[in-house]
Amino acid sequence: MKPLPSLRLALLLLLLAVIALSGCDSSQKLPFRLTDVSGHMPDLDFKLTDDHGKAVTGADYRGKVVVLYFGYTHCPDVCPLTLAQLHVVMQRLGPLADKARILFVSVDPARDTPAVMHTYVNAFDPRAIGLTGDARDIEALSKRYRSAYTREPSGKDGSYEVSHSSAIYVFDNKGGARVLATPADSQDDLVHDLHLLLDTGTQS
Amino acid sequence: MKSHTLLFLLAGLMVASSTNATEAAHVQASHAWLRVLPGDLPAGAYVMLENDGDQPAVLSGASSPLYADVMLHKSSSDGGMSRMAMVDSLSVPAHGKAILAPAGYHLMLMKATHPVKPGDTITLNLKFADGSTLATNFLARPANAMDSGP
Repeated sequence: MKPLPSLRLALLLLLLAVIALSGCDSSQKLPFRLTDVSGHMPDLDFKLTDDHGKAVTGADYRGKVVVLYFGYTHCPDVCPLTLAQLHVVMQRLGPLADKARILFVSVDPARDTPAVMHTYVNAFDPRAIGLTGDARDIEALSKRYRSAYTREPSGKDGSYEVSHSSAIYVFDNKGGARVLATPADSQDDLVHDLHLLLDTGTQS
Repeated sequence: MKSHTLLFLLAGLMVASSTNATEAAHVQASHAWLRVLPGDLPAGAYVMLENDGDQPAVLSGASSPLYADVMLHKSSSDGGMSRMAMVDSLSVPAHGKAILAPAGYHLMLMKATHPVKPGDTITLNLKFADGSTLATNFLARPANAMDSGP
């Protein structure tokens, strides 16, 4: 008779643990206004180099709500516009923005060295981090989130453009993919959804 | 030689009187600004063009002594992909307007001959299909600016 209560206790504890985990993890339902991708996309994971030249992985950004966007510095129009919009979003979040990071991942690592990325992202927002690295590692990250990019044919002087997915991915502070946005979505909605994640983050 | 010059002058007068004025003469530019990016990265320039003429005015490009290369471009988004393509021209309809704005039509400025800082005013010569030009002052704004500013 003795083993039975302890087994029950173990099961009860396991059940409680599952509830506790699901309560504060990616399966927690939040009333997002943008596309909710919770449970439909893999956790934030990569092996890249940050704009200080340091090797980083997705795990280095646990504890922060992450806004991920793919682009390149030689993109004169849409990439700076998106980063400027994200800067405004961060400003609107006020002090809460300190718990968030913008990760700008280069799809043009041949030209985007960590030094180039550093001056670039800092021209937009102090909470923006530029990530570059090995072309295969960038491709792996892009594929992980079903993102895509293609190098367009070169101009006469060897210049080229890169077509790329315009999606903005939002991850919670545990690295769970939560929301998918596009630059065309309303800024209010992005601020709203980030508020949900940042407010939740402060409670746990 | 003299009669040649006279002929050219006459021809010029005839062209001028038949079209009434050049395309550029009917166009007013406003909200002209450009986004300054660090280093020698290409910059986007934006402007609103209003045409008070009875004929469309066709913008074909621009030039500036400050940039080795200026191209008329259009960004587009298709199936979630951002693309940028060179375009030959942009028509400003008669008694209408055309807007060059982020995520749409823009002038791509490349290879600045000397560094441009936010707050600077840069003159671009907008070129129209009839060969006329419109010198327009563009305000250089910081990388994270959203528009031409207050």
